[in-house]
Amino acid sequence: MIKIDVDMAVCQHYGQCVFEAPTVFTLNADDKLEYLASVDDSLLAEVESAIDVCPMQAIRIVE
Amino acid sequence: MAPEADAQPAPVIIVGAAMGGLRTAEALRKAGYTGALTVIGEEIHAPYNRPPLSKDALSTGVTHEAVAFPQRPATADVDWLLGVRVSSASLAAKTVTTTDGVSHPFRALVIATGIRPRRVIPSVSEGPRSLSGRHTVRTLDDAMALRDELVPGARVVVAGSGFIGCEVAATATKLGCEVTVVSPSSRPIIRPLGPVLAAELQRRHEAHGVLFRLGRSIAVIEGDTRLTGIVLDDGSRLAADVLVEAIGSDCNSDWLAGTGLDIANGVLADAGMRAIDVDGNAHDDVYVVGDIARFPNALFDDVARRVEHWNIPTDTGKRAGAVLGAWLAGDAAFTEALALPFTPMPAFWSNQFDIGIQAYGLPGLADSIRQLEGDLAGDCIFGYYRGTRLVGVVGLGMKAALLPYRQQIATAEAEAATTAR
Ligand SMILES: Cc1cc2nc3c(=O)[nH]c(=O)nc-3n(C[C@H](O)[C@H](O)[C@H](O)COP(=O)(O)OP(=O)(O)OC[C@H]3O[C@@H](n4cnc5c(N)ncnc54)[C@H](O)[C@@H]3O)c2cc1C
Ligand code: SF4
Repeated sequence: MIKIDVDMAVCQHYGQCVFEAPTVFTLNADDKLEYLASVDDSLLAEVESAIDVCPMQAIRIVE
Repeated sequence: MAPEADAQPAPVIIVGAAMGGLRTAEALRKAGYTGALTVIGEEIHAPYNRPPLSKDALSTGVTHEAVAFPQRPATADVDWLLGVRVSSASLAAKTVTTTDGVSHPFRALVIATGIRPRRVIPSVSEGPRSLSGRHTVRTLDDAMALRDELVPGARVVVAGSGFIGCEVAATATKLGCEVTVVSPSSRPIIRPLGPVLAAELQRRHEAHGVLFRLGRSIAVIEGDTRLTGIVLDDGSRLAADVLVEAIGSDCNSDWLAGTGLDIANGVLADAGMRAIDVDGNAHDDVYVVGDIARFPNALFDDVARRVEHWNIPTDTGKRAGAVLGAWLAGDAAFTEALALPFTPMPAFWSNQFDIGIQAYGLPGLADSIRQLEGDLAGDCIFGYYRGTRLVGVVGLGMKAALLPYRQQIATAEAEAATTAR
């Protein structure tokens, strides 16, 4: 499993991550980011792309 | 032709150690290239994120640690030559030369040298360029130096009313400075926002205390060793402690003079990010990424453009890494990689006071602009059309509501093609 952490103090809810890994990240109706804190290893490439496109660099994979 | 197997082939050299260079290095490794890889960069810092330099990091204190990109295991064996400037290149000899006189052979070259701020040239007279109080905001060192002078009560003149100028104006105001924005434009960020949204943005800035002197340019920069004031072209004078020069940028392509590449505006590339020379030939062993790349995007048309948006170094870096990686691996893989479509969606955001602006596509291409949703004085979305086609969208707030429009920009081309049939 991959464990994901988004620093919600830093996240500006831009939703760029949503396009790279839609099964992991979503923007809810209140414009707030929601995400799965733990996902299958098969999603690693998607999660890394989401990390790359986050303007706030708020997403991390926690070892 | 693919390079021949050699006992010790020269490294792939990436010039420019910022976001575009880093993403290309990562993508090359991902594409399976395991050979030598050298990144040469003029700044002493490992690649870091620039957008915070005019926003949060400028107000809270700037450190490299806070803005550095995480280093991935895949690029652990990359050779970083930092604090070193490349002065020239020869594509025939396949070498780049650094300012210390050393010649570095390469197997393939990646151009990732970005842009630099254009300096203000006053129409009448100018103190020394090194006058203290004169600033630009491109690098971490720039931001650190500016940060020290943005003290409460400081009189700050921002030259330029584009995104970076407006962001610095907002940040400096929040820090307690008295800020005046001077610009020849009729409204801040009028290109690409358009007159309605630009006027609203100006209104919100003014509500926070920012002064605008629009339709004006700088005639005199006053001061012997330290800036004392600015005289505008209408003769009015602004006392000033700090001048932030955010009037646009020039491409760092000087080192490519004499290579035969098309460096008229940035460096011309094809959709595979291969550099194109003045005779129109694509070079399989030379690639261009990031702010300096002028490339076509089939999402819109076949016109090559430079796009100074944050997602472009990543998208072009991944593309260049994949195509170059395939070329290094052999002919069949290369033809396949080149044939894949490359249609990156330009994405931009900006924070000014409590205003969150977000844009997708290329609003600058529009011939008409329509408000699509919301309330101009609050949160709203504007659509930018070329003919009937949505080519860009800008939102103030309404982040989730913006996403379907992004989708519409991405699929509009397909739709247009279908209706034409
Ligand atoms: C203050 C600021 C705020 C921004 N905010 C936003 C934003 O909110 N949203 C957004 O979408 N975009 C924003 N951007 C734009 C975004 O940061 C850029 O698009 C991105 O940084 C470009 O990356 P790059 O790697 O192409 O070029 P650069 O980051 O310019 O890197 C080029 C590197 O090459 C080096 N170099 C140049 N010449 C040589 C040479 N001859 N030899 C060796 N090295 C050389 C330079 O020193 C530099 O480190 C902002 C930019 C700035 C400066
Ligand atoms: S891309 Fe980054 S800032 Fe945007 S919603 Fe995702 S985590 Fe938050």
